[in-house]
Amino acid sequence: MIWQLDIIVLSMVMICGIAAISIKDLLGAGILFGAYSFMMCLLWSIMGAVDVAFTEASVGAGVSTVFFVAAVFRTTRRTKD
Amino acid sequence: MKKLGGIAILFLGGILFYTSFDFPHWGDGKSPASQHVSPYYIEHAIEDTSVPNIVTAVLADYRGYDTLFETAVIFSAGLACFFLLRVPKRKAPTVRFYRHLPTGVTLRIEKGGRLPEKTREFERIDSVWVPYDLIIAMTCRLVVPFIQLFALYVIAHGHHSPGGGFQGGVIFGAAIILFAISNNLRRSLKRMSERTSALFGSLGVMIYAGTGIFCMLMGASFLNYSSLASFFGVDRITARSLGILIVEIGVGIAVTAVMVWIYYNLSSAGKQDEGL
Repeated sequence: MIWQLDIIVLSMVMICGIAAISIKDLLGAGILFGAYSFMMCLLWSIMGAVDVAFTEASVGAGVSTVFFVAAVFRTTRRTKD
Repeated sequence: MKKLGGIAILFLGGILFYTSFDFPHWGDGKSPASQHVSPYYIEHAIEDTSVPNIVTAVLADYRGYDTLFETAVIFSAGLACFFLLRVPKRKAPTVRFYRHLPTGVTLRIEKGGRLPEKTREFERIDSVWVPYDLIIAMTCRLVVPFIQLFALYVIAHGHHSPGGGFQGGVIFGAAIILFAISNNLRRSLKRMSERTSALFGSLGVMIYAGTGIFCMLMGASFLNYSSLASFFGVDRITARSLGILIVEIGVGIAVTAVMVWIYYNLSSAGKQDEGL
């Protein structure tokens, strides 16, 4: 485990998470959740949990982003609050 | 109220952060989990189940009961989306759009107008979003079989490499979703209808639970695959490996179908007529 890489990826996870809940654009929030999942996937693979990283990449970064985009497409793009 | 919520979140987050110092360090050999649970799996997994990937052995064999209910959770997520979103009445939309294929002219047909249903020269297109792009459609058509092949490889090769039913099922479902996005929802529904996806979703869970019950009928406890040895005609260790494979296939079928089912309901807002 390279600790510099670990710190960079972990801070990217935190930035993506905070940005996803504070952004007004819901489509952007969905994409940011995809980026968050991908960074989590990198974190899992840094820690050697390859199976979990694979699941995170396929479910979190892949299909759930599609579900978010589909839900935004059918509802509204801007939040009410 | 917003301020109060912020204070509560900061307080609870602080407690969480403070208690996280009590966790064992990453890869600590002296932590309770590494003392008796992990060493058993690392030392005995290959001689118990003949599966080189310990994660698969733990997921589908030692902790098979957990995974059964994970699959059930995914199936009930599909059911929940169905009950929340599906609009039962199939009401035809008042305005429909058709494309004349040789010329590319779009026709707008109001209610009462004659619809060119049977002719091959007209193709119905969505009113909200028109994905007419030859390059995208053809590229996705070329890519989809390879994604499906990769998904089957992930399911079948889960014994030896990272992967298994969940990941492979999600990738297979993503291939079908890609087809639905690049073409349109109706064409995808013709290939894999809602009824098919619902049936396959329950079939996958049934394969998993049925394997467990079959093990009971063979005279062992629930999901103890070594009792399948006499059924397959192999020794008890290989029987556990085969049992894991059957269970993973069931999980893959369930996850594929449920992903596609959720996508159908989400993207068409439950009408299953026009979608993303």
